[in-house]
This record gives sequence, C-alpha cells and structure tokens, in this order.
Amino acid sequence: MVLSARLRCAVALAGRYPVLAGADLDLLPGEILVVKGANGAGKTSLLRVLAGLLPLVAGEASVLGLDPSADARALRPLVGLLGHKGGLYDDLSAIENVRFAARSARAPASSVPAALERMGLSGRLAKAPAGRLSAGQRRRLALACVLVKRPLLWLLDEPHAGLDAEHRALLDDLLREVAEAGSSVVMASHEEAVAVPLATRVVTMTGGTVRGGLLAPGAGLAGAPAGLSEVPSVA
Amino acid sequence: MWRDAVVVAGKDLRIEGRAKVSLNQVGPYALVVLLLFGFAFDQDRPLLVQAAPGLFWLAVLFSGLLAVQRSFSVESSDGAIDSLRLSRLEPAGIFLGKAAAVAAQLVLLEALLAAGVVVLFHSRLGGAGLLAASAALSTAGLAGAGVAYGALCIGLRARETLLPLLLAPVLAPVVLAATQAWRSALGLSGGDGWRWLALLGCFAAIYLAGGSIGFGALMEEA
Amino acid sequence: MMLRKGPSTRLSRALGWSALVALALNVWWGLWLSPPAPSGKAAPPGIVEGQFVRMLYVHPAVATMAYVGFGVCALGSVAWLWPRTRSPRWDRLAVAGAEVGAVFCAATLVTGSIWGRASWGVWWTWDPRLTLTAILFALSLGYLALRRAVEDSRSRSVLSSVVALLMALTVIVDHYATSWFVSLHQGETLFKPDPSVYGWQLATMVLSFVAFGLLGAWLIVHRYRLEGLEERYEAQVFYSAIEARRAEGSAERASALVGSAAAETEGP
Repeated sequence: MVLSARLRCAVALAGRYPVLAGADLDLLPGEILVVKGANGAGKTSLLRVLAGLLPLVAGEASVLGLDPSADARALRPLVGLLGHKGGLYDDLSAIENVRFAARSARAPASSVPAALERMGLSGRLAKAPAGRLSAGQRRRLALACVLVKRPLLWLLDEPHAGLDAEHRALLDDLLREVAEAGSSVVMASHEEAVAVPLATRVVTMTGGTVRGGLLAPGAGLAGAPAGLSEVPSVA
Repeated sequence: MWRDAVVVAGKDLRIEGRAKVSLNQVGPYALVVLLLFGFAFDQDRPLLVQAAPGLFWLAVLFSGLLAVQRSFSVESSDGAIDSLRLSRLEPAGIFLGKAAAVAAQLVLLEALLAAGVVVLFHSRLGGAGLLAASAALSTAGLAGAGVAYGALCIGLRARETLLPLLLAPVLAPVVLAATQAWRSALGLSGGDGWRWLALLGCFAAIYLAGGSIGFGALMEEA
Repeated sequence: MMLRKGPSTRLSRALGWSALVALALNVWWGLWLSPPAPSGKAAPPGIVEGQFVRMLYVHPAVATMAYVGFGVCALGSVAWLWPRTRSPRWDRLAVAGAEVGAVFCAATLVTGSIWGRASWGVWWTWDPRLTLTAILFALSLGYLALRRAVEDSRSRSVLSSVVALLMALTVIVDHYATSWFVSLHQGETLFKPDPSVYGWQLATMVLSFVAFGLLGAWLIVHRYRLEGLEERYEAQVFYSAIEARRAEGSAERASALVGSAAAETEGP
C-alpha cells in the first residue's frame, strides 16, 4: 500500500526531553486521522515531526515519500501546519495575511479571495487587522492561510478550538473535501465529540508513543473502522 | 531569491507602516539619547561639535538594536517563524528582505538624527558625498549583521539581553569607521575619509554575504 | 571505552608537567637571571624602564596564546560546518579553543594594562593590539553566552559555528580598523621590538612563548576531553529519559485500566 507517512520508532528531542520516545505510525492518502491523548503526550511534537520542523534523533520517517530530516526543504512546502499559535501578523489585515501566505507559497493571487470566502471571512472581516479579530476568527484566518497553500498533508492542532457550531461544520466540510481529493489530514484534538465522527481512524498517544498507529499490511480506507484498531505498536 | 526578498521586505514595511513603531517609539528614543549625550557632556559646546559624529553613530547603533528586536518580535509573537520555514521562500531571500526593511527604517532614523545633531550640537554638515556614501555602507552593514544575529537569538531564552551582547562588539568596527569617515567629511580631522569607506564596504559585504548563506541554518535552529 | 579517573592520559600528563617546568623556569629566569632594562637617564624613550621590562616575559606570550585559542575555535567551527569533515570532535575543539582563548585574552588585557601603567602611568592605552584584544574579548564572551543559552546540542553546534566564523571575519576587519584608528593619534605602541633585547632577555622571552604555549595546549586538551565526557553523560541521561517517558505511557494505561475495572465492579 502507498503511504502518505510512515514512522518507525521515531525519537525526537526538545532540548534534552524526549517528546517522542519511539512513535510508530502509518498514514494513507485521503485519511482523516484523529490523534487523541492527554496533555504532554506528544501530539504537537508528532505534528511537527511530520511537518519536517522537528528532526528525529533515532528511528525512520518518510512523509510524502521524502525524509523529513534530510529533505526538509523539499517537504515543507507540501505540508500545511496549523499550530497552537496561528502564525499571523497582528498588524496586517486578514486579506493581507492570506495574500502574504499565498505569495510565500507561490500560489496564484486569485486563490486569496476564494480562501477567505471558504472560511467565512469575506467582506468587512477581510479588511480588519488580524489583531482585532476574535479567537475563532483568527483560527479561521490561520486555516485560510493553510488553504491557499493547497498542501498534500494537513497537520492541525486543535482546529475546532474556539469555533462556533456553524464554523465547525464549515471546517468539517472542508476537511472531508480535501481528504476526498487525496490529501491526508492528521488532527490532534481533545474534543472527541466533534473530531471522532469526522475521522476515518483514531489513534491515542501516551508517553511519546502512538497506540494503534500501525496498519495491517493490505489495509485500505474502505475497510478501516472508525475507532481504535487493536494492532499493537512494535517496540 | 530577489522576488522573495521583495515579498518579505514589503510585508515588513507594511507592518511597520501600520504599527508605526519606528516613527512613534524608536525615533523619539533616538532623539532623547542625543539629549542625554548633551547633558552627559555638560553641554560643552566645542566638545559636542567635536564629538558629534561619534555620538550620532552611537545613537544610530542603539536605535538599530531596537529596530532589529522589533523586526523579529513581529515573527515570534504569533509563531509566524514556522510559517516562514514551511513556505517556498528562500532563506537568503527572507534575510535580504528583512535586512532591506531594517535598512529602510535606519535611513529614516539617520535623517532624523542628523537633523537632531545639527540642532542640538550645532554641527555643520558638509562633504555630502562622503557622508552619504559612508552612511549607506554603514547602514547596510548594520542591517545585515543585525538581522543575522537577530535570527540567531529568536528562539533563545534571554533573547532581549543576548542580542545586544552579541551585536554590540560585532558592530564596533562600523561605529569606529563611520565616525572617522564623518569626522573627515565634516573637517574635524585631517585623515583620509575614503579609506574608511573600504573598511565599511568589507564589513557590509561580509555580513550580507555571510547572512544570506547562513540564514537557512540560523532559522532552522531557532 | 574504559573509564578513566579523569581526563588525563600519559600524553597529557607529560604535557602538563613540561608546561609546569617551563613556567617555573620562566619565572626563575624572568625574575632573577635576566637583567632589568636601563632606567633613569640612560633609558631610551618609550621603552619600559627598570623592573617592568619583565612584563616582556608574560604579555606577548599570553597575547599570542589568546589569538591561538581563537584560531583553534575558528578552525574547529569551519571543520564542523564543512559537511565532509563534520564530527562532534570539531565542535568540542571549538569550545575548548574559545574558553582557553578567553582566559588568555583576559590575562592579556590585565598584563597590558599593568604595562601601560608602567610605561605611561595610565591603566589603559589605545595600543592597536590591546584595543583589538578588548573587542575580541567582548566577542568571545558573546560566543560563550550563546553556547550557554542554547540547550539542544545540535542547535548549539550549528549556531556557535556560524557565529564563530562571522566573528573571525569581523576580527580581520577590526585589525585594520584599530590600527588605522590608533595611527590617527600619536601611536602609543605598547610593544616596540627593542633591538637591545638579547642574551638572557631574548632567551627568557622565547622560553615564555614555549611555556605558555605548553600551558595553553594542556588546557585545550583537557577542556576538549571534559566536553567529550559531558556528551557521554548526556547520552546516558538521554536513554534514561526515554525509559521514563515511555513509562509515563504505561502508568497512564495502568491507571486507566484500574479506573475501568473499578467502574465495572461498581456495576449498575
């Protein structure tokens, strides 16, 4: 099976602390993977490793066919990351933020209004400075900046946080759409009620490792149950 | 790379245009520094005229430190540095863009300070060619070194104190050479001002080239 | 690798003892055997008078070692940055060179200051080399502060090598800047090669270079080894940290199991 991402015994450090202590993961194209876990389990670090932002000190990794430590420069433009912070410039307006994101990603200028529209930020909101937007609006703006990039792998850290019901539905539609188009989505979330129905697969992280991360050989999307798969991780 | 530099410089200058930090905060700070020099030197007029070029460049150095700090706090306040790393922008382009934006702000500050020096210290300006050329090269060197070390400090603890510690001794030859060039231009010393330009040129070349090459590595480790 | 009692080996112990002997000889020759310079009316102008010429047996050697130390740091940094020769030992060499260089730099500034006081009665002279050394000292303090501020060892190596390289290039520019700067004012050069230095004085000066050279080499070797030992210690800490992190996971699982078992036993 062709994998979007593959981790085996991945170990990553933050200073001297091992944030990932032997993580194993398989990810198929078009999957929406939800990662659950307590605070400090390593969910954010997992996303950063997949983005090529956090190098591995041990273990193997392959994301979109590239090595995230060695080929980081080639991998990163293909990946979209929504972190805890939005990566926004407070003094620029919403549309200017998205425009800068588009130019940085060498995306066409025409994709900018479409992205804002899709995240419900057109009209008056588009011209407002990012610093004056509410938390939920900032989240949507950060998502719009990821959207213009058209990444093949979406890495989202608590994307539903701060969004009202209407915009949660908007986000869910967007994610289903990109998954159907072949991109993969990995979402770290505490909100089980919202995230799990969206997911094609759910895994749990504890102590820097992933439970249920591996797929049985030959497993595809069609047969994957929504819920914990009982394949134990290889130590 | 140059297109990326233009995109980043445009973004930084647009942010500066909105927030007007240079205009509202760094500019007045620079003028107050000049005033304080006046008090420190006991308003001794002939002494201030003699010391004016040096005091001018010191004030530029202090304001430059603030401008560089500001350039990077914009990136780190909401974690925008990750977005820059994940973009298709070339690191050398990001470096040159940020350096260009800092340089533009420094040029405005220098114009303001030059006016301040004329008014407060009763200096008389002359030798415009040498003044302008040395100011241009010094600004390029200050901006290049500032952005290079700023990127280095961006992720570190005690960033606010580490950056001045690293940058001040590095910028010592710029202050030295620029002061001498200006002293010669203003007729305060008999030396040849133009050879100081060669020195300023070397320094600017080292940091603009070194910064472009090394910026990718510096941004990674932040 | 066999655990030793400390970072000494036969070679470094030999180095250490020879450094000690050379330094002792240097003190003896410097303080007793070599004659003082002419003083009073017989003294040529600008040359250090009388007993203070003995500074000749310390200051130039110490100053040279400061620059050698930083040279080693720059060399180590370049070797680490070059992909083909990248290895942790170059980074260890770089920090060893920088720390030893900084210590010798401080010694240079102190001895230079004393010499200036002896020659011209002031604690600081704008001698080009002394001024350059002062800038170099400030740069080295910045480099060492940077190393202390970065926790991750790979980041630390990358950042400090880049900074060391930039600083090395800056020092070249500074050399010209400071010598031109000082030449604008009547050059108060600290160290004028005195043609009348011969015999015991010359021999002692040469000996001082040898002595401080050996001392510097011994210090660098030991600092290098110390850094290596620290890295081994950190590696051990790393493995136990991994175990502890994975144990977090099983502790949570255990408490979750206990929790669900308790819920089952309570029952409807």
